[in-house]
Amino acid sequence: MASSANSSVIRRARPPSWAEWLGQYLANGIAELGARVVRAVTELGSFSMFCLRTCRWLVFRLPKWETMMPNFYQIGVMSLPVIALTGTFIGMVMAVQSYTQFRMLNLETRLGAVINMALVRELGPVLAATMLAGRVGSAMAAQLGTMRITEQMDALAVMGTNPIHYLVVPRFWACLVLIPMLTLMADFMGILGGAFYSIYLLGIDFHHYVENSRDFVGLFDLFAGVLKSCFFGAAIALIACHRGFHCQAGAEGVGRAATTAFVASFVTILLLDLILGIILEAINVALWPQAPKLL
Amino acid sequence: MAASAETPLINPSCANTGAQTPENSSRPAADRPLLQIKDLWVVFEDHPVLRKIHFEVPRGQTLAIIGESGCGKTVLLKTLIGLIRPSRGKVYFDGLDLGRLSEKELTQQRRRFGFVFQQAALFDSMTVYQNVAFPLRQHTDKTEEEIRDMVVARLAEVGLSPKILDKYPAELSGGMRKRVGLARALVLEPEVILYDEPTTGLDPIMSDVINALILQTRQRHPVTSIVVTHDMRTAQKTADRVMMLYPLSRLHPNETQILYDGPPDQIEQSPDLRVREFVRGEAEHRLQEIRSGQSEE
Repeated sequence: MASSANSSVIRRARPPSWAEWLGQYLANGIAELGARVVRAVTELGSFSMFCLRTCRWLVFRLPKWETMMPNFYQIGVMSLPVIALTGTFIGMVMAVQSYTQFRMLNLETRLGAVINMALVRELGPVLAATMLAGRVGSAMAAQLGTMRITEQMDALAVMGTNPIHYLVVPRFWACLVLIPMLTLMADFMGILGGAFYSIYLLGIDFHHYVENSRDFVGLFDLFAGVLKSCFFGAAIALIACHRGFHCQAGAEGVGRAATTAFVASFVTILLLDLILGIILEAINVALWPQAPKLL
Repeated sequence: MAASAETPLINPSCANTGAQTPENSSRPAADRPLLQIKDLWVVFEDHPVLRKIHFEVPRGQTLAIIGESGCGKTVLLKTLIGLIRPSRGKVYFDGLDLGRLSEKELTQQRRRFGFVFQQAALFDSMTVYQNVAFPLRQHTDKTEEEIRDMVVARLAEVGLSPKILDKYPAELSGGMRKRVGLARALVLEPEVILYDEPTTGLDPIMSDVINALILQTRQRHPVTSIVVTHDMRTAQKTADRVMMLYPLSRLHPNETQILYDGPPDQIEQSPDLRVREFVRGEAEHRLQEIRSGQSEE
């Protein structure tokens, strides 16, 4: 009797049927998806609140000049060389890549229009914003993250200084005000680089190169690029500062804040570029339906 | 006229906030405790850290909050200044409910506090001079000369020479950083100073220097102080009153989290064995818990 009782107790559990296994698998998948959605919504809510608080401090009062200046210097002056250099190379690379195709169509004199239009409307603003996100956005997230985990942000708060007003507002203004200038610099250097390569190395006629550029690239294109860059600058500042303010403890937390700041900024730049590109193109077509087309 | 003479004194900075309780507004400001904590709960996600905390701190008193690591001392200190919002309960400062203040009003009230952080929390991108001058530059219209004089005076008060003015925090020893942190906390002449583990990580001599500075600060300035520490020497030497917190994870659900609240010279006679063990640094029961696997740490 005892042995039969024991055998029933230690009887091995029945392996789950395929239906049970599939049900468990689906349930786990749904639970994981739900957790991800909750995390995403929480993150979005946290970011929205952060943006609202920043906006409130933006209109409340400006930080002192001596707080603003170092940020303007770091974000504007220190970014100039790298943006000028990359702008120049992008202009030259555009000439290299486009020349063969345009030559096959006997349209190589239109190279100036293509390079300059692409630079002014797309590459200049996106390039400047990407460089800013990489050079400044990551650094901002890491710096603010370090301040968060070493209680320097708490120290600001207990001394009666709002951390958003002191740390975020100057960075936001610096990005917003200086990115149009950095974009113009990227445009200018890209145009110079493209012209140098096309005219001096590929031998395209200077007169036609310039005339075609002037015919197809208008002030609206320049304005569209600069306007887009303002949105990019604001997004970079807000995303990087938010990542820094919500940095997790330790070296790994700071590293993750810097990385996610860049990745999130870059994705946002491209998303904004698409949305603003569609809107601005629609405005352009509505305002100037008879404008000359490249091809 | 008689009515106006009996009108309760209300801090002008909080007259329009609507954050006062009827109970508080009926008491003259001088008699009112500077800090009142009522039924305070702090819960992080599902993890409670503080439960049903209730105490008052009169003006001019130095209160030491002691307890082992993880019992919620620092969380309590940060809740008192509004860095952590309570999950439940109220914190009144000078009759003002800090939980009902707007961000701007809370920022203004914090100027009445000084906070000495465990790791000093000096701004590492600024020199010692810029660190100590920071609150003056942010909140006063003093000239650079006046600021310099005040910074030098505050540093002298904590025993530091003007030679270190241009040094960065990374170039200072732990004790010097703590003293610079104290000088920065004192520079706006706050009404309340909160010390978070002021002697942790320091050698015994420097710990005693910091204890002496806490006492000296109290003698020179009319401040109310709260010292969070697990160093019994600091508590015995600097405080008028000692309060001991116990970790919730090892507390019975019906027990109060404050195991002792009284004068420092009577803490060793506490009827609670856990208090006496902490004061004497005896770990027998704790070790038994750890060995038997009952510890939740």
